[in-house]
Amino acid sequence: MKLAVGPILYLWDRRVALDFYADLCDAPVDIVYLGEVVCSKRRVLQRGDWTMVAYALEAAGKEVVWSTLALIEAESEVSAMTRIVDTSAGRFEANDMGAVQHAAGRPFVAGPHLNIYNEATLQLMAACGARRWVAPVELPLATIAALGKTRAPGLEIEVFAYGRLPLAFSARCFTARSQNRPKDDCGFICSDYPDGITLYSRDDQPFLTLNGIQTQSAAVQNLSPHVAALRSAGVDILRLSPQSQDFPAVIRAFRDAVDSTGAVAAFPSPALPGGYCDGYLRGEAGIGHAG
Amino acid sequence: MRLELVCPAGTLPALRAAVDNGADSVYIGFRGATNARNFPGLNFGESEAAAGVAYAHERGTRVFVALNVYPSPATWELATGTIDRAARLGVDALILADPGLMRYAAEHHPALRLHLSVQSSATNWRAIEFYRERFGIRRAVLPRVLSATQVARLTGRTSVEIEVFGFGSLCVMVEGRCALSSFATGHSPNVQGVCSPAHAVRWEETRAGRQSRLNGVLIDRYAPGEAAGYPTLCKGRFRVHDQVFHALEEPTSLNALGVLPALIASGVKALKVEGRQRSPAYVGQVTRLLRRALDLCAAADLATRASVQSDTTDWEPPAELLRELDALAEGRTHTLGAYHRPWQ
Repeated sequence: MKLAVGPILYLWDRRVALDFYADLCDAPVDIVYLGEVVCSKRRVLQRGDWTMVAYALEAAGKEVVWSTLALIEAESEVSAMTRIVDTSAGRFEANDMGAVQHAAGRPFVAGPHLNIYNEATLQLMAACGARRWVAPVELPLATIAALGKTRAPGLEIEVFAYGRLPLAFSARCFTARSQNRPKDDCGFICSDYPDGITLYSRDDQPFLTLNGIQTQSAAVQNLSPHVAALRSAGVDILRLSPQSQDFPAVIRAFRDAVDSTGAVAAFPSPALPGGYCDGYLRGEAGIGHAG
Repeated sequence: MRLELVCPAGTLPALRAAVDNGADSVYIGFRGATNARNFPGLNFGESEAAAGVAYAHERGTRVFVALNVYPSPATWELATGTIDRAARLGVDALILADPGLMRYAAEHHPALRLHLSVQSSATNWRAIEFYRERFGIRRAVLPRVLSATQVARLTGRTSVEIEVFGFGSLCVMVEGRCALSSFATGHSPNVQGVCSPAHAVRWEETRAGRQSRLNGVLIDRYAPGEAAGYPTLCKGRFRVHDQVFHALEEPTSLNALGVLPALIASGVKALKVEGRQRSPAYVGQVTRLLRRALDLCAAADLATRASVQSDTTDWEPPAELLRELDALAEGRTHTLGAYHRPWQ
């Protein structure tokens, strides 16, 4: 079973992001997804930075995949996406059908934001060039297993195994709204929140996370106790979504869980409000937690 | 150009109300988890659907069937059976979201017209092109995330007919890309065809006031005398930092009348009304009011004067029309939503 590090979903400072990727060169992960999925206005890194990061990761033996935007509206966003598809030599993650259309049969990773819920659609995506499928977060493991049994030869299955769940996208920037700023003059205030802004219910339950136009769970989905079940469902890759604290420890704990045949190593306690959740795995409310 | 008015019908009486009040097309769903309004007491059995198609066709109104969930392996045959049923009934189009189902429909019923559901989240011309190249879709319903200017640009880039939302409940998130409901309740629009489902709602009377919970999560709390709305997850009041407010969206309805001439000028083909869960009386009234607005627009030939590149025109929807629509609207108020850039 391989470990992947998903794209950074937040707006991190350039220096922080560069250090994060430098550390990943030595981390026990197999795949690293680069690029911006959430907001086309963000520039975590400049193009030259990304190229150097990719080069260093590849030199360290990592597979690099370029992720693309999930919500593509403006023509400039269409162009940004097609440029990545055209320059990534078949190593890109499609998060919108527009990317699948432009790829025109070139190999790609079907990202978690493509709606692939059944065998027919998964086969269609494989015929379009998908070599790997990142399952939508709300899909129960039983469904993933059922699709895994009939998958096209060589198609890998990846599951969102750690991180605040990417639940929704909107035209509206909720981070800007929460500070009474217009989206078109946001001042990139999301860079003040390296793990997003936690939204609480009125009785103080951490419920969701505002991350620009994306809404995430407040709880971190943590599937490390379920590695055996994931493996027997045919899952090949576990995706760990970057967070600002304790990430090296999270990687080590997952590596231990994946490599060991016995008990799972102690997992770092949650650094963010909201604790852990894993309900989607059982086809229940995602917020649920069995551990 | 004439804008086609597409109205919702959750029941046979609602279908008649839409047809009688001037809908050009109505859209319906079959009972069961095959469409995004899978509510108890709603939707059509086969004989009702046949009666509805006959009633509409006799009066020159078209009937679309919405099958806009993403079936899982367990519900796949229910979904393909529904496509077969719709084809047998002689409906005018099928509104689909799932690419696998689209392939099934294109292979088994090549003569049946396919519309891309809003649940497909197609927000750019390349995404629409994917479905046109593969399945020959004839129309796409756009998610409620594009500004009027973006709608115009997109419409200019595609040969597929474009349908946009004109009135009704407002999805704040991109349709088809929202798992908030399943995160809280285990049931989502994509899988079960529901959002914030009634079975998960609990009302409580407390000393702090009446409050609503969704599978245990507090969605809102109301002061004495304050109107309490249905606890749709994204329309609740939450705390962000030290502020309690409608952090995602207020309870409000979308009303696109303010940009109607701009939409017509940009080549949009059809205007959709949300609300298959609504009563026949509601559907009848909304249909009548929107019919009047469209006829006014056409009579004044406002579209030719509207600027394609601008959200603003000299068109002011008649105040009495807006008032009557507001009286029917969620929260008794309306917004242009994403059509108007500052909303975003």
